[in-house]
Amino acid sequence: MEFSELIKTATVENVLLSCAGLPAVKGTLCITSHHLLLSSCPGGDGQAGTVELWLLIRNVDAVEKRLANSSGTITLRCKDLKVLQLEIPGMEECLNIASSIEVRFWVGSEPGPSHARVQRLAGESGRLQWLEAPPILWGSPSSGCPPSLAPQAMLRSSQPLTGPNRKRCREDETLLGTVLDEGERGFIIDTRSAQAAKQARMTGGGTEPKSSYPQWRRLHRPLERGRPLQESFIKLVDACNDTAINMDRWLNRLESCRWLSHVKAALSTACLAAQCMDREEANVLVHGAEGTDTTLLVTALAQVILDPSCRTLVGFQGLLEREWIEAGHPFHLRCARSAYSHARLKQEAPLFLLFLDCVWQLSRQFPFSLEFSECLLLTLFDNAYASAYGTFLCNNEKERCLCKVKENTHSLWAWLNQPGERKKYLNPLYLPNALVIWPSVEPQSIQLWQGLFFRWIRSSQYLDEAWAEIQRKVGSGLVQQINKKHQNWVCVCHLENNDWLLRFQPVQGQT
Amino acid sequence: LEFILTTRQEQVKLLDRFSTSNKSLTGTLYLTATHLLFIDSSQRETWILHHHIAAVEKLPLTTSGCPLVIQCKNFRIVHFVVPRERDCHDIYNSLLQLSRTAKYEELYAFSYNPKQNESEQVKGWQLIDLAEEYKRMGVPNSNWQLSDANRDYKICETYPKELYVPRTASKPIIVGSSKFRSKGRFPVLSYYHKNKEAAICRCSQPLSGFSARCLEDEHMLQAISKANPSNRYMYVMDTRPKLNAMANRAAGKGYENEDNYSNIRFQFVGIENIHVMRSSLQKLLEVSGTKGLSVNDFLSGLENSGWLRHIKAVLDAAVFLVKAIAVESASVLVHCSDGWDRTSQVCSLGALLLDSYYRTIRGFMVLIEKDWISFGHKFSDRCCQLDGDPKEISPVFTQFLESVWNLTEQFPQAFEYNEAFLLQIHEHVHSCQFGNFLGNCQKEREELKLKEKTYSLWPFLLDEQKRYQNPLYNPDFSPELTLLEPNTVSFNFKFWRNMYHQFDRSMHPRQSVFNLIMNMSEQNKQLEQDIKELEVPIIATAVFIVLF
Repeated sequence: MEFSELIKTATVENVLLSCAGLPAVKGTLCITSHHLLLSSCPGGDGQAGTVELWLLIRNVDAVEKRLANSSGTITLRCKDLKVLQLEIPGMEECLNIASSIEVRFWVGSEPGPSHARVQRLAGESGRLQWLEAPPILWGSPSSGCPPSLAPQAMLRSSQPLTGPNRKRCREDETLLGTVLDEGERGFIIDTRSAQAAKQARMTGGGTEPKSSYPQWRRLHRPLERGRPLQESFIKLVDACNDTAINMDRWLNRLESCRWLSHVKAALSTACLAAQCMDREEANVLVHGAEGTDTTLLVTALAQVILDPSCRTLVGFQGLLEREWIEAGHPFHLRCARSAYSHARLKQEAPLFLLFLDCVWQLSRQFPFSLEFSECLLLTLFDNAYASAYGTFLCNNEKERCLCKVKENTHSLWAWLNQPGERKKYLNPLYLPNALVIWPSVEPQSIQLWQGLFFRWIRSSQYLDEAWAEIQRKVGSGLVQQINKKHQNWVCVCHLENNDWLLRFQPVQGQT
Repeated sequence: LEFILTTRQEQVKLLDRFSTSNKSLTGTLYLTATHLLFIDSSQRETWILHHHIAAVEKLPLTTSGCPLVIQCKNFRIVHFVVPRERDCHDIYNSLLQLSRTAKYEELYAFSYNPKQNESEQVKGWQLIDLAEEYKRMGVPNSNWQLSDANRDYKICETYPKELYVPRTASKPIIVGSSKFRSKGRFPVLSYYHKNKEAAICRCSQPLSGFSARCLEDEHMLQAISKANPSNRYMYVMDTRPKLNAMANRAAGKGYENEDNYSNIRFQFVGIENIHVMRSSLQKLLEVSGTKGLSVNDFLSGLENSGWLRHIKAVLDAAVFLVKAIAVESASVLVHCSDGWDRTSQVCSLGALLLDSYYRTIRGFMVLIEKDWISFGHKFSDRCCQLDGDPKEISPVFTQFLESVWNLTEQFPQAFEYNEAFLLQIHEHVHSCQFGNFLGNCQKEREELKLKEKTYSLWPFLLDEQKRYQNPLYNPDFSPELTLLEPNTVSFNFKFWRNMYHQFDRSMHPRQSVFNLIMNMSEQNKQLEQDIKELEVPIIATAVFIVLF
C-alpha cells in the first residue's frame, strides 16, 4: 500500500508551529509521503511561500496529541532530539494529521525496499555517486604510520563459538597464528567482562582459551551495549530537557544516566588497543559478542587516534564506510528509535552516537588535528537516525544488496562532498598532524557534548558567532591580502613544534 | 633565613600525580628565602613561592624514600620523594616555618624588588584611580555626592575614606545609620547606572534584632530610593539564606522589617556563608585530587561538594540584581552579614553584567579595586596571608573569578581578557608579591604604608597584557552599558579544569585554539611591520635605478 493513500488530511491552514528558543510561526501544514511541511505564507500561485519547516517524517520519534475544545496540539519529538509543537485548529484535522504521522512511521519501520524511495531535496545537485571504498577486512593503520614503525595489524571478529564444552577450531587457531611471527605476542581485547564472556559459553559463544591461543594475551574491557546503553541515552536526554532542575539534581541525573562513563570507557579501551599497537608494537584482535557493535566502536576509535589519514574529511568517511557500514553495524535496528520513543525497546542502542561523541571529545582535546568539524558529526548523527540518503539504510551489506540500496538511493557522502556543501563540514583550524593523538580520559577532561544534547534547548548564538570569528581570523585573509599586495614576497605557513608559524620570504628568482 | 635547615637536596623525585605510568623526574630541590625550587635533570625549573603553600604533609616512608606532599593555594599539588627520611624531615620543618608568616612586614611584597624607580612605583599605584571611576559612572551629580564623613575612618574602619551617598543623606543620618549597621557599614553607593539613574548600594546587616528600629537608617534607605527619579521603589537584597538571617536576629542583628521601611521590596537570595564555602571547596579538591577517579565518582563528588551549586547561587543573585536595575530601573541595596563577602560578589558581578567597561582588562582591575579592595573584603584573612584563624579562610574571591569565567564561556566575544588573566589574578591574590591584596581594609593598608614599601600588581599585568587578551574579543559586541543576560540553567556551569588542574599538564587539551589565534594575530602584526620595513629598501632601490 502506498503511503499517500493513508493520508486523510493533506493540508491544514492556520497551524501554529513552536519550538523552544524560536518565535512561533503560523502557516499552512502539508503532509506528503515523506515530509511534513509548514509554510508561513498562505502560498497562492506564483507566490513563493517561506518554508519554515521541512521535516522528514522518519525523523519523528514520538507523537503526542492533546485535544482541547475545537483544536488540538501535536507534540513531535524527533530523533535528532528537537521537539516541535503544532497547534492545529479543528479536532478532526488534528487527529488525522497525528494518525498520518503515526502510520507513516510504522510503515517506515518495516525493513524493505519501501525505504529506498527517497525524496530529492530542493537545491540538490544531480551529480551523485557512491563513494567507492574497497572492503577492508583488517583495519590496518599501517599506511599512516611513520615508516620507522613496523606495521601492526588491528583485527576484528565476533566471539569464538567455544560453547559449554570448550570446543576448539584448528582453522581459527591457524588463522590467528598466521598473524603472528614466532615468538611474537598479540593482544585480544574482549569488550565484555571475563564473567560475561564465560557466561556466553552457555549459549554457544565464549572466548579464546589461553591453551589454544598461546601467543595471544586476552584483556577484558567491559563496554556497555544494548538496552542499558539505550536507556542511558534516554535518561541523559531526559535530564537535558529538564531545564528547571537545580544543580544537585542535574549532577545527580548526569551521573546516574552514566553516559559520560560510557564515553570514558570507550575512549580508554580504544586507547588500550592503540597502545598495544603503537607502544607494544603488537597485533591486536578486538571482539565482543557479535563483532558488530562495541567491537566497531573500539576499532574505529583506535584508528582515529592512531592514523592521521582517518582524521581527514574523506578519510573519516572511508573509516565509517569500512568500520561501521560494511562491517555490518545494524543501523536499521540500532537507530530505529531515538531517545524519545515510548515504544518497547527492541534492538535499539546508540553505539554510533557514542562513537561520534568520542570523536567529538578528541576534537575538543586536539582542535587542530581533525579536518572535519562538529557540524559533520551532528549531520552524521541526524542521518544515521533519519535520512533522505541510503548510506545508513539496512543492517548489513547483504540486506543493502537485496534492497538494491545503491541503485535506488543517493549517497550521503556524495552530497557532503559537493564543493559548496563540503565547506560547512571543514575545521578551519585543521593542520595535518602525523602523530598519534592520545586523549586524556580523566573525568575532568571528559565533557558533555553540548552541541548535540543541548542543540535544541539553549541558544548557541554567542558560541556560533565566536566560531564564525575564529573562522574569519584563521581564514588566512590577511596572509592572502599581503601576498596580493606585495607580489614579490610570499607568505608561507608551516608547522613547527606544534605551533603555527608564518614566514615571509621573497618569491624565488627575485632579489 | 634561620628557618632553613637545609638549602639543597639532591636526588629528589617529583611524581606526576595523575600519570598512570608512575613516571617521575629526578632532580635537585633548593630552598631559598622566598621560594622552593626544583630543577630536574633536563634543567626544567619548578618554582613554588612559600606564601603559596597551603599545607605540607609527610607521608609514611616507602622503599624509594620519604614522600612529601605540598598543597598550594593556587591548587598546585606537588609530590616529592626525598631519599632519606632525616632530610625529608628537615625540608618539612623548614617549609612549615617558611610558609607561616606572623607579620605583614615579612611577606614577600616587602622584599620584592622589580627594579622600578620611585616615580614608577608611585605611578604604578596611581594607575587605578577610583575617583576617576565614579566620575565615569556619572557621580557626583544632582542626586549623589561625595561624603567626607569617613575621612578619618571614624565612622567605619573597614570602608574607604571616599564614599558616595545620596545628597539628601545628612551627616546625622549617616552617623545614625552606621550605628545601626554591623561594623558600622552603612549603605553607600557601589555602582551608578547613568541611563537608568538607578544605583547599586551596599551595606551590612541592620542591628534590628527582634524589634529594634532606627529612624536614621530608615531615612537613609528613603534617601537612596528618592535619589532615583525613575522608580521610587527599591529592592533590599539580603544575600544570605533566610534561615541564617533569622538566626542572626537572636544575636541582635538580622534584616530589615518591610513594615518599618517605606517603598522597599525585601528579598533573600540564599548564598551560603564563608564556612560552607570553605568546606565545599575542600570537598571539591578532595574529589578532583583523587587518582584513577571514575566518572561517576567525579560527578557524585562534584554534586556532594555543592561547589557548582554555590557558583550558580552567586550568579543567580547577580542576575536578580541586574534585572531590578535594567528592567525596573529600581535601585538595589545589597547586604549579607558584614557586607564584605557575598555583598562584594553580588555587587561586582552585577556591575560586570550591566557595564561593558568592567569586561575590559583595565575595567576589571578597577572593579576589583572598587568592590573588593576598597570596600574591605578581608583578603588577608580569607587567603590566610598571615598565620591566623583557619576559620576565617574562605574562597569567596575565587568564586567571583569562577563566576566571571563561566560568563566568559557563555559570551566568548564579550570580554577583553581571557582565562589566563583570571588565573594570574588568582595567583597574585595569594602570592603576597604585590601590595594590592595585602591586609583586610584600606585603613590597614595605609598604616602598612604599602604604597611606599610595595608595588602594585596592575602595571605589571598591563605590561604583559598581550598574554591576557581574548583574541575573539569584539568591542562592538556590547557597546557601553549593554546588559549581559547569562543563562543560569544548571548545565551551563562547568567544572573549571584550568583553575583546579592548572598544573596537571596531562589533563589538558593538547592543542589550544586561543594560543593559535593569538600567535597568528601576533604574527600578522609582525608581518605588516616586516612589509613596511622591506618596502623601504625596495623603493630606495627603485629610486636609485631611476636616478642613474
